[in-house]
Amino acid sequence: MSVSSLGISLTGLLAAGNDGTIAFPSQGSTVAPAVDSLFYIITAISAFFFVLIVAVMIYFVVRYRRRPGHDVEKSPSHNTALEITWSVIPGLLLVYIFAQGFLTFLDMRKPPEGAYEIQVVGRKWSWAFQYPNGVVQNELHLPLDRPVRLVMSSEDVIHSLFIPAFRVKQDLVPGRYSKVWFRTTKPGEYRLYCAEYCGQQHSTMVADVIVHEAGEFEPWLQAEVDRMNDLPPAELGELLYQRQGCVQCHAIDNNTTGKVGPSFLGTFGTEQPLADGQTVTVDENYIRQSILDPVSQVRAGYQPVMPTYQGRLKDREINALVEFIKSLGQ
Amino acid sequence: MSDNASRTATAHVHGHSEEDYLRCSHGWKSWAFTLDHKRIGVMYLIAILISFLLGGVMALVLRAELFTPDKLFLSEDMYNQMFTLHGAVMTFLFLIPSIPAALGNFMLPVMLGVKDVAFPRMNLASFYLWVFGAIFFLMAILLGGLDTGWTFYTPYSTTTNTAVIAASMGVFILGFSSIFTGLNFLVTINTMRPAGMTWFRMPLFLWSLYATSIIQVLATPVLGITGLLLIAERTLGIGIFDPARGGDPVLFQHFFWFYSHPAVYIMILPAMGVVSELVSTFSRKPIFGYRFIAYSSIAIALLGFLVWGHHMFVSGQSALAATVFSALTFTVSIPSAIKVFNWLATMYKGAISLETPMCYALAFIFLFGIGGLTGLYLGALATDVHLHDTYFVVAHFHYVMVGGTLIAFLGGLHYWWPKMFGRMYNEMWARIACLIVFVGFNATFFPQFVLGSRGMPRRYARYDTEFVYFHQFSTSGAMLLGCGLMLCAGVLIHSLLRGRKAPANPWGSSTLEWKCSSPPPHHNFDWPPVVSAPYQYDHIVYDPNHQGYVEVEDIPEEEDELTNAPVESHS
Repeated sequence: MSVSSLGISLTGLLAAGNDGTIAFPSQGSTVAPAVDSLFYIITAISAFFFVLIVAVMIYFVVRYRRRPGHDVEKSPSHNTALEITWSVIPGLLLVYIFAQGFLTFLDMRKPPEGAYEIQVVGRKWSWAFQYPNGVVQNELHLPLDRPVRLVMSSEDVIHSLFIPAFRVKQDLVPGRYSKVWFRTTKPGEYRLYCAEYCGQQHSTMVADVIVHEAGEFEPWLQAEVDRMNDLPPAELGELLYQRQGCVQCHAIDNNTTGKVGPSFLGTFGTEQPLADGQTVTVDENYIRQSILDPVSQVRAGYQPVMPTYQGRLKDREINALVEFIKSLGQ
Repeated sequence: MSDNASRTATAHVHGHSEEDYLRCSHGWKSWAFTLDHKRIGVMYLIAILISFLLGGVMALVLRAELFTPDKLFLSEDMYNQMFTLHGAVMTFLFLIPSIPAALGNFMLPVMLGVKDVAFPRMNLASFYLWVFGAIFFLMAILLGGLDTGWTFYTPYSTTTNTAVIAASMGVFILGFSSIFTGLNFLVTINTMRPAGMTWFRMPLFLWSLYATSIIQVLATPVLGITGLLLIAERTLGIGIFDPARGGDPVLFQHFFWFYSHPAVYIMILPAMGVVSELVSTFSRKPIFGYRFIAYSSIAIALLGFLVWGHHMFVSGQSALAATVFSALTFTVSIPSAIKVFNWLATMYKGAISLETPMCYALAFIFLFGIGGLTGLYLGALATDVHLHDTYFVVAHFHYVMVGGTLIAFLGGLHYWWPKMFGRMYNEMWARIACLIVFVGFNATFFPQFVLGSRGMPRRYARYDTEFVYFHQFSTSGAMLLGCGLMLCAGVLIHSLLRGRKAPANPWGSSTLEWKCSSPPPHHNFDWPPVVSAPYQYDHIVYDPNHQGYVEVEDIPEEEDELTNAPVESHS
């Protein structure tokens, strides 16, 4: 294919070391080279036609500009053979582009057997990545050179997981699981964005992606498990506060800018008015109730927008959160 | 030239048997209750230009905010509302009605050689529906804003506290306005063409309006119903889109894009029609491949209904659906490509003059070329996955919708301005404005392709510092574009106040609207115009006495399939 070889030589031309090219971030997954090369093939075809069109246009404007001594020359006002030619040739190129895009897309959609599976929860406005052994992180840690499958769900609105370096993107739709897979090729740190508009802090719903060196992912994961198990309850609670997304909505100081829920600072043990006019004492039971059935007793002045954590947290973890809130003073 | 001058003695230089449409009656009531399509067109023009100003100011505020990665002066809430309203106002209040409702309303009957559209009262009603719909949009701004994005995706739009209901009502009402206009044009073209105005003697602008009207009538109801369903979902919680109640959020996207993708062709088809008129006139050449261009308009209108799913390749729709939509999407690009080649072939061996409308037409071919070709990246599945919802998409649709529709609208506005208002504008300043708009536009949107392929998501109020250089370039371009548009406005306003009187035919065009005086009389023509093939320039010569072009009687006999003996119209 002369066209594809043109595309590939263009790839080489634009490649600018490890930091990607002028057009792309670096390639971090096995599918990235195929996507990029299709991109450059389309670029080559487009550039050819665009330059042709603009060059012909400029040439005609100069050559046939209206001026004394120049008038319209006779020329046919239609030519069926020509018109069919310039419909069919672009048509064939389009078929080629479509087929290339389709073949790569099939690779993107079909994960290999036995891919390592990570559960992903998207919510306004944070990511939670849960590993098979129960560790939950806000960063996506990945093993090198091993197929990884993300099984994703959303707790509120549509989000979209986008890792530019891997050239993958997939929406998270509430009420269903969506999946995406990739195989990393290079250790390092990358960015993960939410690509579907999801409200106020949409642009801060970003996360780091860390691809570990060969052999370093499993030890890291084990260390995380040990750390979770060894932490005293209040500190585990603080960790969960960060990792489970509480931090997006609840402050632990007096700065509540951008937070849609009440601050935890100094609330434990206090009497608080509820939206339905009653009052409640913020004690262990109220906190547990608020985690498992958040809309049942909403504090006055706040919207019933918190998702339930029923089934997502173990008793030990709920206790840890209670201890953490308790530690923030009465 | 002396030969021409002697022939002008016998030329059609029509006297004024009645006052022109602007002066034939006075007082605000004569405008507010007018049934004259020309006055309605002018009112539409003023209304959409106000909308454009509003949407444009919001665009500049957004670009200014993006000059720095962190907060400059807009909170995240304000930013989200601003881009939502920018998109909604520009799409629903400016781009969709711009060419059909303003220029089309004014020109369609005149180009057809008739007195008015088929249903003048319905035409006036369509304008007031537009105003009514626009008021709902303004209400949305006042009632706590709107922060859903112009696409209103569920379930975000059913849960946000902002004024979704007012805005959806606005869209619903604007839909009726659009349907009324489309229906009116279809009936007018089908039933009122005067004798001699066969389908293949219609100017291509009318073909494009006809194709546009088909889309307006068939697609807009789906949007209206979707808006109503959204309101029902919010107020009654009936569970069409809410997964907790067994609904499907992706269903909304199908409904939405079933209208909104064809809506792109509501914007771009009339633009292509305008460009066809301009390229032919300013090259003094019959348009090349008239029938191919005419048929390609209809082909685009019909194929445009089959491609909505290409907005949803990563939404979770099946791989099979994605594949079918990708394949169908590529079919639409062929008729678009045909038109570009036809315009170039029209210029071949012509006598090309670069008056302002032609400058806009050339700018259109350049910008639409980029906009169309970058559609290939988004139609192809593998590249779309990476580029979807990034700035690449933002750049692409601005090249198509703004670079295409806005530029063609400006070209058409400059072309028909002397006809509409009877005044010429300053040619040099108008060309300078066109150049600044062209440069500013490219500086604004070209860097956004790179931003997108490098991974910058759209609709971000804050962004990573690695993108800052491209954003600053883009913002600077936007300011330049703003200056160009202001200059353009200044030139046109100046022409109303000080411009020299326009002749009936300042450009040497051959379509019927140039056969009546400028501005046209109340009933368009003092006597029924002679209908002949639309793009024959041999018998139109420059007359220095009128500073415009006139028709000479002794039409040279050119045997062509489009040129038959002229037929007297009975309108």
